Amino acid sequence: MPGRRVVITGMEVLAPGGVGTKNFWSLLSEGRTATRGITFFDPAPFRSRVAAEIDFDPYAHGLSPHEVRRMDRAAQLAVVAARGALADSGLETAALEPHRTGVTVGSAVGATMGLDEEYRVVSDGGRLDLVDHAYAVPHLYNHLVPSSFAAEVAWAVGAEGPSTVVSTGCTSGIDALGYALELVREGSVDVMVAGASDAPISPITMACFDAIKATTPRHDDPEHASRPFDGTRNGFVLGEGSAFFVLEEWESARRRGAHVYAELAGYATRSNAYHMTGLRPDGAEMAEAIRLALDEARLAPEAIDYVNAHGSGTKQNDRHETAAFKKSLGAHAYATPVSSIKSMVGHSLGAIGSIEIAASALAMEHHTVPPTANLTTPDPECDLDYVPLHAREQRTDAVLSVGSGFGGFQSAMVLARPERSPA
Amino acid sequence: MSAPAVITGIGVAAPNGLGLRDYWAATLGGKSGIARLTHFDPSGYPAQLAGEVPGFVAEDHLPSRLIPQTDRMTRMALAAADWALADAGITPAELPSFDMGVVTASSSGGFEFGQGELRKLWSQGSQFVSAYQSFAWFYAVNSGQISIRNGMKGPSGVVVSDQAGGLDALAQARRQIRRGTPLIVTGAVDASLCPWGWVAQLSGGRMSTSAEAARAYLPFDREARGYVPGEGGAILIMEDAEAARARGARVHGRILGYGATFDPRPGSGRPPALLRAARTALADAGVDAADIDVVFADAAGEPAADRAEAEALTALFGIRGVPVTAPKTMTGRLYSGAAPLDVTAALLALRDQVIPPTVHVEPCPEYGLDLVLAQPRPAKLRTALVLARGHGGFNSALVVCGPE
Amino acid sequence: MATAAFTLDDLKRILLQSAGAAEGVDLDGEILDTEFEVLGYESLALLETGGAIEREYGISLDDEVITDADTPRALIDAVNAHLSTAGAA
Repeated sequence: MPGRRVVITGMEVLAPGGVGTKNFWSLLSEGRTATRGITFFDPAPFRSRVAAEIDFDPYAHGLSPHEVRRMDRAAQLAVVAARGALADSGLETAALEPHRTGVTVGSAVGATMGLDEEYRVVSDGGRLDLVDHAYAVPHLYNHLVPSSFAAEVAWAVGAEGPSTVVSTGCTSGIDALGYALELVREGSVDVMVAGASDAPISPITMACFDAIKATTPRHDDPEHASRPFDGTRNGFVLGEGSAFFVLEEWESARRRGAHVYAELAGYATRSNAYHMTGLRPDGAEMAEAIRLALDEARLAPEAIDYVNAHGSGTKQNDRHETAAFKKSLGAHAYATPVSSIKSMVGHSLGAIGSIEIAASALAMEHHTVPPTANLTTPDPECDLDYVPLHAREQRTDAVLSVGSGFGGFQSAMVLARPERSPA
Repeated sequence: MSAPAVITGIGVAAPNGLGLRDYWAATLGGKSGIARLTHFDPSGYPAQLAGEVPGFVAEDHLPSRLIPQTDRMTRMALAAADWALADAGITPAELPSFDMGVVTASSSGGFEFGQGELRKLWSQGSQFVSAYQSFAWFYAVNSGQISIRNGMKGPSGVVVSDQAGGLDALAQARRQIRRGTPLIVTGAVDASLCPWGWVAQLSGGRMSTSAEAARAYLPFDREARGYVPGEGGAILIMEDAEAARARGARVHGRILGYGATFDPRPGSGRPPALLRAARTALADAGVDAADIDVVFADAAGEPAADRAEAEALTALFGIRGVPVTAPKTMTGRLYSGAAPLDVTAALLALRDQVIPPTVHVEPCPEYGLDLVLAQPRPAKLRTALVLARGHGGFNSALVVCGPE
Repeated sequence: MATAAFTLDDLKRILLQSAGAAEGVDLDGEILDTEFEVLGYESLALLETGGAIEREYGISLDDEVITDADTPRALIDAVNAHLSTAGAA
């Protein structure tokens, strides 16, 4: 079905320091940070002891004891966010046509917390190689195969159309929406409940990022530990969270008088085919993804009012990404504000792409660009306008959001107002 | 819309045969790869049978630089991708890098690698965890490693929908071809035959605990008692039909149609959705049920799920209305790798005009299925339907036909 | 200490086990002053190798040791410097 355009009509965010879209936006627009010392477990043995944790009580969000028992924390966050997005869209579950509604959940690391905890039990603290099934919880299979997240969300919203988990590392949250966008465009569905969730703050995740020195050891100053584009940055801060959206075909959204946050106007993903964790400094593949996403949106680089960066807070990323913006946006790269909300909510791996797209849509909603917190010592090699410390009010009609991840994946999504005149 | 997608290369790692030729010979010969586990000692577990890929020595196929950083399933996937590219006559270095992408399915990532690192974490301490743990176990690892090894910078992706994901990956690969990328490496190879993976699967309560290799996995049989897991799968080279023709490629077959649905939540009283997935795939392919010459069944091996699949098939084709087969009775269920392997079997069946058998099964007559049993059945075959279901309610269906 | 506690043979063994060897590279040749990059080892391989050295020898190398040592000789010297400090302490 060529010509079908896809818009966001509902959203919900569960982010560190910002549970609920309204609280999330308050955090961002005020430039506050949610990075703190780890409380989920004793972080003493670890090189990095900082994270962005969510104050989340699943029962307060309406999950039943059975649901809490069978779902990993990431699945719980996904279900709560998906329900919230549906409520926000004004679509009642009863009004959804189940066959024409699908689900996509982005997640990089699935049920990592649950797997870590359960392994510890069945292996008796790592003592048993032949782990003991007698100590396994009955829902361990749901942790083994994280498509259980998509099943839980589909059950929660009553979807019976195509449903899946998209897992492309740290671009999962963008790619899940890109996947959903394509399903609506091609006419396989009319509505997608799509988003992403990850809850990776567990010993195994901290240990593996310690081993590659990717996370910051700045535990003496956790509130200022996530420092994208700052000359003193020394690694990212692990986070957790979920953001979900209701995506609809624009005409039908308009017919029902739905509030439209933004159109998902263009999307592309490319790979660097270079290294599982490394990036070439030239940013060529991310630049290619950006160019393709702009083309699909039929927007010139100059139309982009704000760039929501990957900005993880590693030197490698910040330089790679800065080069990619210059390569794809040309002179406009210097003129458009660029910021990283990871400075405030940390890096929630597969979830962050969706959380950042929520931030992008909210930037359009409020005509305000969120800042890059903690950016006090500019890195001379990162010479764009990174909106340090304070949000900036400005007309914001089109936003580019990008992501970069392990495996070499580079993704870009363009959000715009559907009623814009084409370039 | 551009020309349809075709399959031009296949690489196989299956429990009853390593490599396409061995797999197909074994499958037509009714040779099963299901046996007592050897990767670890299963004596202490209620289930002890699995389909292990025989004779795969990673060092024979991959550079030593890749060995420490990869799980067994990634090593098999990388080798299968090499074989698939060779089968397609493709040398990736000769093609523009942005014209090639990788879309695979996964179910549990590099679970054995993860087991090893979890053990080090909890028994020795966090500083004993490998630097490779940051990606070797995650679901995107096969797409990433195949892309890097072969210099493929086009659109890539990874889907996880349990066993249905193997078809969802092919459908996503086809979307990328329609959007303009001429070649996508797709399919899936999976493995989690390690104690930790075994325990996680046992918790599902759907595994067969029979100790007899010939009696353990009996889909559509009155004696159905669960499934036997296996490892492996298939990597396929999918190309834009026009691009394949332009380079004079040998074509194994065409992807005609696809459909995916999700079952209603348990207790809703609404009907299951496999039938709708199959109908969607037929409609997408522009064919009628009468055009389908053979069905490769999901074949869960649990009575309720077998009945549900049989009901969908008889609703679509009538009682004994189409030959149905489940060569996975010779491999066990390979998670996301199963459906790409079934697509492989379907394409070879179309080529050789013969339906591979379902082994060891004595079909329950109430199901009304024309199962192809014990021996391969020669038949005039033009179009095949492949079904795959994932735990929780995922249903996917794919229609394929021969090169013409 | 009279003799170096950490030798080229130790490093080669740990490199092979942590990261294998690149095709066309002979680790038994004259490699002491060949850059790791030329030997086919990138930062990830060296991080894994550094971690293995730390675990085996019970030392803790500073972050810079791995990033700054660009040849086997530089890394061996850095490890031995740590070992002698540890021995003296």
